[in-house]
Amino acid sequence: METKCKDEAGLIARILAGEKELFHDLIRPYERMAYLTVFSVVKNAEDAEDGAQDAVISAYRNLASFRGEAKFSTWLASIAINEGRKRLRKRKLAALESVDELEEEHEGDFTPAPLTDWREIPLEALERKELREALRAAVAELPDIYRQVFTLRDLEEMDGQETAEALGLNVGVVKVRLHRARLMLQKRLVPYLKTTAPARKGFFGRLLWK
Amino acid sequence: MEMNCKHVWEYISEYIDGSVEPALREEIERHLEHCQICSAILDSTRNILILTADERTFELPVGFSERLHERLAKELESTG
Repeated sequence: METKCKDEAGLIARILAGEKELFHDLIRPYERMAYLTVFSVVKNAEDAEDGAQDAVISAYRNLASFRGEAKFSTWLASIAINEGRKRLRKRKLAALESVDELEEEHEGDFTPAPLTDWREIPLEALERKELREALRAAVAELPDIYRQVFTLRDLEEMDGQETAEALGLNVGVVKVRLHRARLMLQKRLVPYLKTTAPARKGFFGRLLWK
Repeated sequence: MEMNCKHVWEYISEYIDGSVEPALREEIERHLEHCQICSAILDSTRNILILTADERTFELPVGFSERLHERLAKELESTG
């Protein structure tokens, strides 16, 4: 990671000094991140692609203002979030989301779904189209404020601090939203995934397995 | 004092991230040793995170990268 950052700083310096073609290389590792970040705001593929392109172009145009205080990835993610929000405003599908922490009062049941036995990681199950669809639908159905944090933290593997910076939140809020997002996904997906679980009966098996 | 299940659930996310304090972590682990329900909740949550993070779950649109670099190339050209 250290080396990556150093290489990146070097690349950025060279681009600013005139080797602008290198911007292609700078952005390549972050294409997926840019797309998923915009997608987490706009929730449709077409807007996510346009928004990701605009975010990349905007990052290029404004590269001189990137001071290296944040990581390049965090800076790009915050641009991508803004591109997503711009599109939402344009579409008038939703009001600009407030970063007001009162939103943490969100009504909801944040308890996990009880089950007794699901220890396998059925990665091969992802070959099944319907499982991939269920996972995507579950993420899409998360309330916006949870989906955005979940996307940055768990899909893009940014840390709490980076996620907070990109979204303009504090770290504590990121932690709470991530916790809720994860439990909501667990609750939503367990009934579906249970069918792929081994049918070992535990002590509580009879009680919990209908 | 023995932790109850609900208390453990409050820390599931932080436990997965390895960010709970050592003393609390130990307590959670003591609970997990004998609580089949909490162990399965923890495992299922962790596994769901692995599955959602898998690149096959959220795929980029076909041709996304090509279109992006094409547009970027035009931008680079136009800024002479």
